[in-house]
Amino acid sequence: MAALRQEYNQSKIHPQKLLLWVAIGSIIMMFGAFTSAYVVRRAAGNWLEFKLPDIFMVSTAVILASSLTIHLAFSGFKKGKEQQYKGMLIATFVLGLVFVLLQYKGWEALNSMGATFTVNPSSSFIYVISGLHAAHVLGGIGALAVALTHAYVLPYKPTLRRKQRFDLVVHYWHFVDILWVYLMVFFMLQS
Amino acid sequence: MAHVNTVAETLEDKLTQELGYNDHFHEHHHGDKFQSNFLTTYIFSTDHKIIGRQFLITGIFWAFIGAAMSIVFRLQLGFPEADMAWLRPILGKWIMVNEAGIGKLDPEFYYSLVTMHGTILVFFVLTAGLSGTFANLLIPLQIGARDMASPLLNALSYWFFFLAGVVLFISLFLSTGPFSGGWTAYPPLSALPQASDGSGAGMTMWIVAMALFVVSSLLGGVNYITTILNLRTKGMSLWRMPLPMWAIFVTAILGVLSFPVLLSGVLLLMFDRSMGTSFYLSEIVVGGEILDRIGGSPILFQHLFWFLGHPEVYIIILPAMGIVSEVLSVHSRKPIFGYTAMVYSILAIGFLAFIVWAHHMFMAGVNPFISNFFVIFTLIIAVPSAVKVFNWIGTIYGSNFRFTSASLFGVGFVSMFISGGLTGIFLGNSAIDIALHDTYFVVAHFHIVMGVAAFFGMFAGVYHWFPKMFSRYMNETLGKIHFWGTLVGAYAIFWPMHYTGMAGVPRRYYDGGASFDAFRHFEDLNRFITVAAIFVFFLQALFIVNFFYSIFSGKKLTVKNPWGANSLEWTTPIKPGHGNWPGNIPTVQRWAYDYGKGGEEFIPQYVPLKEGEHDLGEGH
Ligand code: HEM
Ligand SMILES: [Cu+2]
Repeated sequence: MAALRQEYNQSKIHPQKLLLWVAIGSIIMMFGAFTSAYVVRRAAGNWLEFKLPDIFMVSTAVILASSLTIHLAFSGFKKGKEQQYKGMLIATFVLGLVFVLLQYKGWEALNSMGATFTVNPSSSFIYVISGLHAAHVLGGIGALAVALTHAYVLPYKPTLRRKQRFDLVVHYWHFVDILWVYLMVFFMLQS
Repeated sequence: MAHVNTVAETLEDKLTQELGYNDHFHEHHHGDKFQSNFLTTYIFSTDHKIIGRQFLITGIFWAFIGAAMSIVFRLQLGFPEADMAWLRPILGKWIMVNEAGIGKLDPEFYYSLVTMHGTILVFFVLTAGLSGTFANLLIPLQIGARDMASPLLNALSYWFFFLAGVVLFISLFLSTGPFSGGWTAYPPLSALPQASDGSGAGMTMWIVAMALFVVSSLLGGVNYITTILNLRTKGMSLWRMPLPMWAIFVTAILGVLSFPVLLSGVLLLMFDRSMGTSFYLSEIVVGGEILDRIGGSPILFQHLFWFLGHPEVYIIILPAMGIVSEVLSVHSRKPIFGYTAMVYSILAIGFLAFIVWAHHMFMAGVNPFISNFFVIFTLIIAVPSAVKVFNWIGTIYGSNFRFTSASLFGVGFVSMFISGGLTGIFLGNSAIDIALHDTYFVVAHFHIVMGVAAFFGMFAGVYHWFPKMFSRYMNETLGKIHFWGTLVGAYAIFWPMHYTGMAGVPRRYYDGGASFDAFRHFEDLNRFITVAAIFVFFLQALFIVNFFYSIFSGKKLTVKNPWGANSLEWTTPIKPGHGNWPGNIPTVQRWAYDYGKGGEEFIPQYVPLKEGEHDLGEGH
């Protein structure tokens, strides 16, 4: 049925992939709203200036690395390299968790600097934006967990269906990665 | 289901068999798996046709609640001296009865009523009730698909909407009352639980309800977009889609791009309320207490709110426009005038909707130079709007117009849209808006152009597609009385508000401005408006009775295509089952508006073009 459905699909893209893209567009608007609010509010003055703790640079490196590992996992999956597929998937999962942990450390560092949640909107924004991003990463970690059980419980079989599902996870993961890079660049340009 | 490809009885069956596209849908027994008992068929259904009806009936429920609220506050405005003690059994302690036994509406509750009326009508009725109903019902039927791209997300969309409704409904019974700071939820009233009674638990529940509502809209929206882009049947190019599809498509895009922004705004509001941040709060004193919130900006919320809020009004009106285009063309027995222009104007309105939001904030202290930008783009919206009006009139003009309930409501829509659109042009000029902002002129504007017009679009759609939804007709006589009464009544309610508004009567005042000497002479007019509102309210009983009676006992549908329409939904069986078409999906050979072409009254979309015949939809 899938093949037949494909034949008359008006666009080549798989419906679920398109669904994901539209959802990503929606998430982008949400973060777009936050960062615009940040700019507008900053322009109004009464704005506490501080430097972002370095730990956020480390977390950025970690999430970038996780994009690389998931890419390798996916190509391993497609090329039949089962070892690479499984190993890199675990690595991605662990890096994802480490990222969230580092974000938490980052918030602690901010807090001890005096840039607390409520002291000024300039710091409140950082917590809210990075916190919401972390929530989206956690969603991705949930998807990775499903992918991991597929990898370890099911016998290795790169069917079209499994490839499509994995592809969705990979896409979303790259998205939260790029989103964080955008946010990081944004924060650095602003402070 | 082997009975499918039996003898072709009609030309339609023959064409569907020969040209239709067999996706082997029925070999998989979807129907059996998902529709095995009452619960899975009618309640937790994933079938788009059922979900559409669920949205419609839930919407009708909310429309009743919301309209009843407006009657209560209209009584207060029209008859401020009257005794309201008789409402005590329903409103309880919100009617304060003095020693003399005279009942008065609690002013706090007046604000709750106005707020809930706005929230319910804008979001629950005219967004979910309208888009939810017709997007679900029509998308798969008109583009030739078995169901939505993700039936599960679709069902979830309804259930999130349902939950949002439950939360809002419960908030009506809080001892401190539901939220009372206006449907726009501006801070500081919305940000400080101690600001008013309704700002406490009522506001918290309002936020939860809105968050659930946004989730519902997003789930629905991504699904509508994906389905329209991905699951059209063979031959259904974008430029052959019936106009409701275009309208719903752009509506869904607006929703998916603007609701997340509202979510952001409301999230920050939540932090201000419960975590002590100051995104929107600044140097504020409540009840003599100086709060330690500094550095926030209430205007920031207005930007975030109206970035959704303005597209939201088009989310409401675009589906109605699409429905009306279809209904008017079918019942005029003429092609829609200027199909291409209709599509481009929908796209233009969709685009402009994102760059005019600050016209709601001319008086909020926005830099006047920046206002100029918004004035210009706001006025430009009048161009695509006028194009559409021109085309509707061009469609009806010189036609053999069939006066049905559906087509009458279509015409009523056009009338309302013209009347309300014109006042929009007044308000779009920031210089004029300085005088008119927050007066009854604005109330008149948006009720006519959005409230009444969208309702008319919805009624047109319900009367037109009722036979498809329930395999029975609604009663036409009742429908026509319903139309004429509502048309006259709605103008009687909202037309006078232009005058009171121009005189300066402010909106959202408990006494309707009566405490100002300057406005005292509007007493009679206010009374007239209230009487008209009560009349229109009770007139809707005709619709409610007609609707529910006809579901069970209306005249039975005996033909597939009662209106002689071209689009694909009328090729499904009288009672379409799961998967919509019992056999092949029809393929599309032409656009949807070949009425009166080459001497034929109508030529459905599945009929192949004749030799040398030119498809009018594809001329791009
Ligand atoms: C010709 C096109 C239109 C123009 C130029 C226009 C302009 C405006 C302006 C400038 C305001 C702000 C008035 C004020 O608060 O002082 C306004 C309010 C409003 N308009 Fe329109 N409008 C147009 C069409 C529409 C349409 C099609 C809808 C809905 C379908 C709509 C719904 C509303 C609503 C809901 C409000 C009031 C919101 C509130 O303050 O509670 N308008 N319009
Ligand atoms: Cu607007």
